[in-house]
Amino acid sequence: MRAAVITFPGSNCDRDLATGLELVGADVTRVWHKDSKLPEGIDLVGIPGGFSYGDYLRCGAIAANSPICAAVKTHAEKGGYVFGVCNGFQVLTETRLLPGALMRNAGLKYICKTVGLEVAACDSDFLCNYEVGQAIQVPIAHHEGNYTATPDELDRLIGEGRVAFRYTDNPNGSDRDIAGITSANGRVLGMMPHPERAMEDVHGSTDGARLFAGLIGTMASA
Amino acid sequence: MKARVHVMLKNGVLDPQGEAVRHALGALGFEGVEGVRQGKVIDLDLADGTSEAQVNEMCEKLLANTVIESYTVELN
Repeated sequence: MRAAVITFPGSNCDRDLATGLELVGADVTRVWHKDSKLPEGIDLVGIPGGFSYGDYLRCGAIAANSPICAAVKTHAEKGGYVFGVCNGFQVLTETRLLPGALMRNAGLKYICKTVGLEVAACDSDFLCNYEVGQAIQVPIAHHEGNYTATPDELDRLIGEGRVAFRYTDNPNGSDRDIAGITSANGRVLGMMPHPERAMEDVHGSTDGARLFAGLIGTMASA
Repeated sequence: MKARVHVMLKNGVLDPQGEAVRHALGALGFEGVEGVRQGKVIDLDLADGTSEAQVNEMCEKLLANTVIESYTVELN
């Protein structure tokens, strides 16, 4: 699998994401936000966590309008895989590749801890190494992770099996306990928890490694 | 010419920051503050002849996230 990890000014989990993908065998190219093209033959675009553009205006809003994001949108529209974690999830909602928005945590505090998640769907290629209902442990670290959408949109996401992960003990006020969602074709995944920080025994959990390994396994067998 | 854009969370979208401000006002002894909503004011210096439609487009594309926010434009 060939992956591109994008760095915006203020990204700070780009190396973590690149390293996580390399651990499961991906060939990773780092891409700068001012680039207007992705490298040839990219399967997966990774949009990392951090504070792109200092979270100015709204988290992810400026990044969503950067030159590289036009290429990311084209990649997604052609059926390419896109994974956005934390600030990357915020960027994906701002580009409208994923519905809804991430608001300030209901408790107004930045939260940094490992949380329990329930895998809510496994149709997406990102989720094929999990089972529905499986409990996993993945760290969160965010101030704006409170997922919000209209009741109709939430019903639609749930009805279509597009809620990927739910918090078992909702830390931030997210509607319907939603921690991550996928696009209609399952190839765009956005989530607030950081699977790239749950890759090795030393991290305290390896539950995140299954996500990347699952995706790479799907591609190898395709 | 100048334009002033007000961006507010839509009615019905819970504003936790506004709620925190409301509680803080109560703690300071201000009674009867029944609701606080917090938003943004964005002032734009624009070339003469910029139309309201263009400013609306700026709001739709960047200044507001219309999933959760509404905006109003004042041209001066």
